[in-house]
Amino acid sequence: MSLSSLNLPVVAPVITLSLTGFVIVGVSLIWSKVSRHVFLLLSLLGLGLSFWFTTSLWNSNTIAFGGMVVADNYALFFNFIFLISAALSMLLSQGEHEQGHLLNAEYFALMLFATVGMVLMAAGSNLLVLFLGLETLSISLYVLAGIKRTEPKSLEAAFKYFLLGAFSSAFLLYGIAFIYGVTGSLSLRYISNFISSAPLASQPLLLLGGLLVVAGLGFKVVMFPFHMWAPDVYEGAATPVTAFMATGSKAAAFAALLRVLHSLFDGASTDWMVILSVLAVLTMFVGNLAAIAQANVKRMLAYSSVAHAGYVLIGLIAWSDAGTAGVLFYLLVYMFMTVGAFAVLSFLSSRQSEFVMLDDFRGLAFRKPAVALAMAVFMFSLAGLPPTAGFVGKFYLFSAAVKAGHTPLVVFAVVNSVISLYYYLGVVVMMFMRKTLRTLSIPPTVPLIACALLVAVLASCALGLFPSYLMDTIEHFAVHLL
Amino acid sequence: MNELIAVLVMLIGVGLVVGLLLFLSNWLGPKRENPVKGEPFECGNIPIATTSARFSVKFYTVAILFVLFDIEIAFLFPWAVVFQSLGWTGLVSMSLFIAVLLLGLAYAWKRGALQWD
Amino acid sequence: MFEYLWLIPLFPFVGFVVNGLFGNKFTEPQIGAVGVAAVGLSFAGTVWLFLQLVGLPESERFIAKQVYTWIRAGSFEANVSFLLDPLSMVMLLIVTGVGLLIHVYSIGYMHGDKGFARYFAFLNLFTFSMLLLVLADNFLLLFVGWEGVGLCSYLLIGFWFENKEYAYAGRKAFVVNRIGDFGFLLGMFLIFTHFNSLNFVTVFGNASHVLTAGVATSICLLLFVGAMGKSAQIPLFVWLPDAMAGPTPVSALIHAATMVTAGVYMVARCHVLFLHSEVAMTVVALVGVATAFLAATIALVSNDIKKVLAYSTISQLGYMFLACGVGAFSAGVFHVNTHAYFKALLFMSAGSVMHALQNETDMTRMGNLRSKLPVTFRVFFIGALALAGFPLLSGFFSKDEILWKVLNSPYGGFELWFIAAAVAGLTAFYTFRMIFLVFYGESRVPKEIETQIHESPSVMTIPLGILAFLAIAGGWLGVPHLFNQFEHFLGPVFNQYGTIGFFEQTHELVGPETTFMAISSLIAILGIGFAYLLYVAKPDLPAHVVARTQGFYNFFVHKWYVDELYQALLVHPLNRFSDRVLWRWCDVKFIDGFVNSVATATGKLGGRVRKMETGFVQNYALSIVVGVVVLAGYFLLKSME
Repeated sequence: MSLSSLNLPVVAPVITLSLTGFVIVGVSLIWSKVSRHVFLLLSLLGLGLSFWFTTSLWNSNTIAFGGMVVADNYALFFNFIFLISAALSMLLSQGEHEQGHLLNAEYFALMLFATVGMVLMAAGSNLLVLFLGLETLSISLYVLAGIKRTEPKSLEAAFKYFLLGAFSSAFLLYGIAFIYGVTGSLSLRYISNFISSAPLASQPLLLLGGLLVVAGLGFKVVMFPFHMWAPDVYEGAATPVTAFMATGSKAAAFAALLRVLHSLFDGASTDWMVILSVLAVLTMFVGNLAAIAQANVKRMLAYSSVAHAGYVLIGLIAWSDAGTAGVLFYLLVYMFMTVGAFAVLSFLSSRQSEFVMLDDFRGLAFRKPAVALAMAVFMFSLAGLPPTAGFVGKFYLFSAAVKAGHTPLVVFAVVNSVISLYYYLGVVVMMFMRKTLRTLSIPPTVPLIACALLVAVLASCALGLFPSYLMDTIEHFAVHLL
Repeated sequence: MNELIAVLVMLIGVGLVVGLLLFLSNWLGPKRENPVKGEPFECGNIPIATTSARFSVKFYTVAILFVLFDIEIAFLFPWAVVFQSLGWTGLVSMSLFIAVLLLGLAYAWKRGALQWD
Repeated sequence: MFEYLWLIPLFPFVGFVVNGLFGNKFTEPQIGAVGVAAVGLSFAGTVWLFLQLVGLPESERFIAKQVYTWIRAGSFEANVSFLLDPLSMVMLLIVTGVGLLIHVYSIGYMHGDKGFARYFAFLNLFTFSMLLLVLADNFLLLFVGWEGVGLCSYLLIGFWFENKEYAYAGRKAFVVNRIGDFGFLLGMFLIFTHFNSLNFVTVFGNASHVLTAGVATSICLLLFVGAMGKSAQIPLFVWLPDAMAGPTPVSALIHAATMVTAGVYMVARCHVLFLHSEVAMTVVALVGVATAFLAATIALVSNDIKKVLAYSTISQLGYMFLACGVGAFSAGVFHVNTHAYFKALLFMSAGSVMHALQNETDMTRMGNLRSKLPVTFRVFFIGALALAGFPLLSGFFSKDEILWKVLNSPYGGFELWFIAAAVAGLTAFYTFRMIFLVFYGESRVPKEIETQIHESPSVMTIPLGILAFLAIAGGWLGVPHLFNQFEHFLGPVFNQYGTIGFFEQTHELVGPETTFMAISSLIAILGIGFAYLLYVAKPDLPAHVVARTQGFYNFFVHKWYVDELYQALLVHPLNRFSDRVLWRWCDVKFIDGFVNSVATATGKLGGRVRKMETGFVQNYALSIVVGVVVLAGYFLLKSME
C-alpha cells in the first residue's frame, strides 16, 4: 500500500477543511491577540477552497481509500449544501448578540470539523466511514450547541444533545454491527451485492440492523419518534449553530440514509415503505401541530424542521429517480430558506436581548421593511407557496410520490402543508398587520449578515423561478444512484 | 419461522416472569414506613454531611485527557508491531495522527486545562 | 431579434425591484426616473418589435418564444413562454405606451406623497403583471399575470390604507376579483382535463375536434366569469366605482391601460373557444349590452367626477364585450385601443382638476373652470368629445364600428343595435353634462379654494397633450373603407384557425355603412346638444326634470340599488346564515364542539407530550427506545406470517 493508491485528491475537500481547522486552532494558540475577523476570513477561505475542489471533482466519479470514500456527483452535490450552509452560518456569527461567544477560534474550527464529518457522511461508501463522519459531526456539534457557556439554556441544550446523540449513535453502531455480522462486510457495495443474492426477508438480523441504522440516522434527520431533542436544542443553542444544525446536519443524515437504504434494499420493499410512510406521516403531524402552539420562533422553526423531515421522507419513499432528485433539490432549498429565517433572527438580536419571540415580530414591516420582506419570503417558501423555491421543491417531492403510487401519503402531506400555513403566515401577519407592542432595540445593520440574508433570499426566489436548470442536472446524476 | 417463534415465546416468557416477580414482591411484601427507615444508612451513625459529595470538574478534564492519550498508545502498539511492513505510508499516517493529537494537547495546555487553579 | 422579447416585461420588473428595495433611499426625481425609465424602455422595445413585426409577411406574424421551462414533472410542463402576434402587439403598445404617459404624469401628481417609492414600485409591478398577461402563450402564465394584476390593484386601490374606507375599497376589489378568478381557474382546469395542455396553440388548434358544444359552453362561461370580474361586468362591476379610492393616475391605469382590458383581451384571445358555443356568445353580448346601458344610466345622475368616469368605463367595457359577443373581436380590441387613450386622458385631466381644487371630486362644487385651467379644459374637452363619439375623433370610429358590426353580425341584430345606439346617446349626454358642470356656468367653488386654483405642472400637462392627440387621431387607423388598417392588422389572429370570417360570408348589409356613421354622429351631437340645453342654456331645467322623474332619478342615483341588492340578497343573508346557522349552530354546536373536543383532546395529549417535553432526557431516550422496539416488533410480526 502506498500513498498514491489512497487517491488523496478525491478527499481534497475534506483535507482542506481539516487543515483550515488546524490552522485556526494553531493561530489562536500562537497569537492570542489576533483580530477575530481573521478566523472568519480563514474559515471562508478554507470553505471556498473546498468548494473549488468539489467543483473540480464534478463528474469524475472516483473512489479513494480502496473504495471507502467515493466522489460521485451525489456526494459532491451534498458537499455544496454543507459548504454553503457552513459559510452562511459563519456569517451569522457576526451578529451583535453572538459576538461574545462565537468569534472564538473554537467556533470556527468546530464548524469546519463538523463540515468534515458531513462531507464524510455523504461520501462514505463504507459503514465505518459513515459512522466516523457522524461522530466527527456530532462531537463538534455537541460542543457548538453549548458554546454560549454562560447561558444555562445553551448548556442544557448541549448536554441533552450529547446524551441523546451518544444514545442514538449507539443504536447506529449496534445496527452496523448486525449488518456486519450477517454480511461479513462494511462496504455498502458488498452489502448490496450480498443482499441481491440473498433476499432481505430471510435475514431478520439484517432487518434489525437496518432498522437500528435508520433509528440512528433518524435522530439526526429529526424524524418521529427520534425528534424530541430538537426543540430544546434548537432553542438553546446559539442561532448560527442552530441554523447549521438544522440544515447541514439534516442534509448529511439524509445523504447517509439514502445511501444506506439504497444498498440495503433490493428493489422497493413494501415492509420498509409501510414503516417509513407511517413515520413520515407522524413526523409531519407532530412537527406541524406542535409548531402551531409555539410562541418562540426558534422553537417553532425546530418543529418546522421536524415537519420538513417528513416531507423529505416522502421523496425517499417514492423510491425512484425523480424522488431522489426531489430529495436533493429539497434539501438544498430547505437549507437556504431555513438559514435565511435564522439569519433574520441573528440580524435583529441585539447584545442585550435575543429577538426570538413571535411577539417581537409585531409591526416589524414598519421598522425594518427589507428584513420583514426577506422573512416573508422565507415563510412563504417554507409554507410552500408559489412561486418560491419551497413550492417547487414540494412539487417535485409530491409529484414523484404520486407517480410512484403513494397518493394517500401525498394527501397527508398536502393537508400538513395547509396546517403549516397557519403558523408560517402567522409570522407574516405579525410583521405586516400588527402594531408594535414593546420595542426591542434593533442593532445596527451588520453587513455580513445582510449578505447572508441576501444570498438566502435570492436563492429562495431564484430556485423557485428557475428550478429546471438545476433540476435537470440533479435528475441526470440521481439516475446513477439507484 | 420456527426460530422466530422461539424468540417471541422467550420474550413473552421473560416479560411474564419478570412482571410476575415484581408484582408478587410488591403485593406480598409488608410495607410499614416510618421516618427512621427513610433515613440514609451510614454504618449505624447519624449522618453528618450530605451523601452526594461534589468533585471538582477539573478531575473530569484530566480524566478525559488521560483516556485520550491512553487510547493513542493503544493505537501505537499495533502500528509498532507491523512498522516494517507498513513502510513510509505507515510512518506518515501515524505522524499525522500524532501531530493532530499533539495540536489538541497544545490547545488544552494553552487554554489551561492542565492547570489546577 | 424576437429572442429579446422577454426583456419587455423584465424592465418594469427590474424597476419594481429597484424602487421596492432601495426606493426609500432615493429622492423623488430618482424614483420617478427609475419608474419611468423602466416602462419607457419597455415601450421603446415594443415600438421596435412592432416595426419588426409589421415588416414580416402576414402569415409569419406569430412568434412564440419559450424563455424557459419552469417546472417539469413527467408529461406535465409549465413553461414561461411568450407569444407575440398582432393581438398581443396591440395590447403591448397600449400597456406600455399609455402606461408610460401615466407614469410620467404620476411624477407630478404624487409629488410629496410619503409613499412615493412604494407607489412607483407598485405601478411598475402592475405594468409587469399586465405585460405578462398579454404576452403569455399559455393559460397558466396568463393566470399568473391575471393574479398579479389583481394583487396590484388591491395594493394600489388601498394605497392610502390609513383611510379605512379606502382600505375597504381595496378589499372589495380583491374579493370581487377573487370570485371572477375562481371561475377562470375552474375554466382552466376544464381546459386542461379536455386538452391535456394549457398552451394556446395546442388548445385552439385542437378546439374543433375536442370540444363539444356543451363543453365549450361550460369552459367559455367559466372563463367569462373571470372576465366579468376583471372587466367589471354585470354582476361583478361593483368594485370598479369604489376603486376610485386609489390615487387618480392609478384609476387611469386600471381603467385605460391595464386590468379592466384584461377581460376583453382574454375573451378575444380565446375567441376560438367562444365561437364554438353560441350560448356563450349570446351571454357575452347580452351581458355586455346590459352593462353598457345600466352603467350609462347611473353615470347620468352621478355628481362625483370620478364616479361618472368610472361608470362610463363600465359602460364602454360593455360595448367591448358586446362586440366580442357578436363575433366582432377586432372591433372590440379596436375600442379597447381608442378607449385607452381617451379614458386615460379623461381620468388624468380629471386628476388635474382635482389637483387644482385640493382633491375635490364633487361636480356641484366646481363650475366655470375653463379660464382658470385652460390646458386641462382643452384636453378634457377633447377626451369628452372622443368618449361622446363626436365625429372624426377616435371614439367615434371604434364605437361606430361596433354598432355597425352588431347590426350586421349573425349573432347581433336590430334590438342589440338599438340599445347600443341609445347608450351612445346617453354617453354623449352624461359626458357633456360633466363638461358643462365642471367648466361652464357659475363657479360653485368655495372661496377659500378658488383663490388657490392653479394649472398643473408641465410634467402632468405634457402627457395630457400627447393623449389628447391620440384621442383625436388614434382612431384614424381604423376608418372603414379609407384605411381599415386596424382590422387588417388583427385579421390574421382572428382568422388563424379558420373559424370566423363570417362577416364576409353573411353580407346582408343593412344599408351602407356611411349612413350609419351619419346616424351615430347625429346621436352624439343630439346628446351633446341636450346636455347643453339642460346645463348651460337653461340651468334651472335639470331640477324640474329630476322632480318630474323622481322615481327614475332615485333609482339611478342609487345605482339601480345593486349594492343594496347585494347587501339584501347576498351579504345580509350570508351574514344571517353565518350568524344563525354557521355560527350559532354549525360553529358553536358543531365546529366549536368539535374543535373544543379536539382542543381538549390535544390538550390532554399535549399534557402527555409536555410531560416528555419538560426536558427530561430520560423521556426523550425512552421515546427512541420505544420507537425502535415498536418498529422491530412490526418486523417480527410481519416475518412470522
